Amino acid sequence: MPNFRSATSIKRVRGLGAAHEGVQHWWHQRLTAAGNLVLLLWFGASLILLPDLGHATVAGWIAQPLVAIPLALLALSTAWHMRLGVQVMIEDYVHAEGSRLLALVLLNFFAVGIVAVSLFAILKLALGAPDA
Amino acid sequence: MASSRPLSPHLSIWKWRPTMAVSILHRATGHALGLAGLALFAWWLLAAATGPEAYSRFRAFAVSPVGWIVWIGLSWSMFQHLLSGLRHLVMDAGAGYALDAARRSALLVMLGALLLTALFWALFFFGPGYR
Repeated sequence: MPNFRSATSIKRVRGLGAAHEGVQHWWHQRLTAAGNLVLLLWFGASLILLPDLGHATVAGWIAQPLVAIPLALLALSTAWHMRLGVQVMIEDYVHAEGSRLLALVLLNFFAVGIVAVSLFAILKLALGAPDA
Repeated sequence: MASSRPLSPHLSIWKWRPTMAVSILHRATGHALGLAGLALFAWWLLAAATGPEAYSRFRAFAVSPVGWIVWIGLSWSMFQHLLSGLRHLVMDAGAGYALDAARRSALLVMLGALLLTALFWALFFFGPGYR
């Protein structure tokens, strides 16, 4: 087969192209979108169906295993989806190398921070003493 | 004389199109949800886990006029982003690119988001749960 490309064989085998990555970013955006869709419909329906949104009701609701688990998945899925989406915005609009790096670092801190706070709160309610 | 050749883009002379509005709104609503929405989600969870006092501080914000504007804005953003995300998935499959189809789906997304937002709040206020 004639080689029309300038890429070396190993580059073509890896198939990553000029972006230095494959379709992982794109694919994770879709995977988390599907997760968000299912989990947010459940979350929205739950907010409608809860008898009230006061502390006792909400804390007791979150403490249930079948609420704590999807709620933790919701935090993970939306935070990862957000991280991917905001990353693209930063790459599109923040052109200076230093500012872009700083923005990407802050974005990652924010995403991890959201996940840490959410998971801690959910686990504390689900595993800790009642009426924590 | 009218020309069939495409006009080059111009920085200040352009016209809003539904497809363009949906694209811009997808990004704007995504950022509102991802930054404000997730921060408030984490605050809500942490307040619930911390105790009634911390939760009442969240609640004071939630039922304030600013809070209501935020919740209505975020719920509309959620439905707008969700529907235009589904439109993206259809386009990922290679469908819906014809000019009239893309325009129609863009208009449907914007209309659908408003209707679903209204439905959500109607169910919230008049549904089984509302206090």
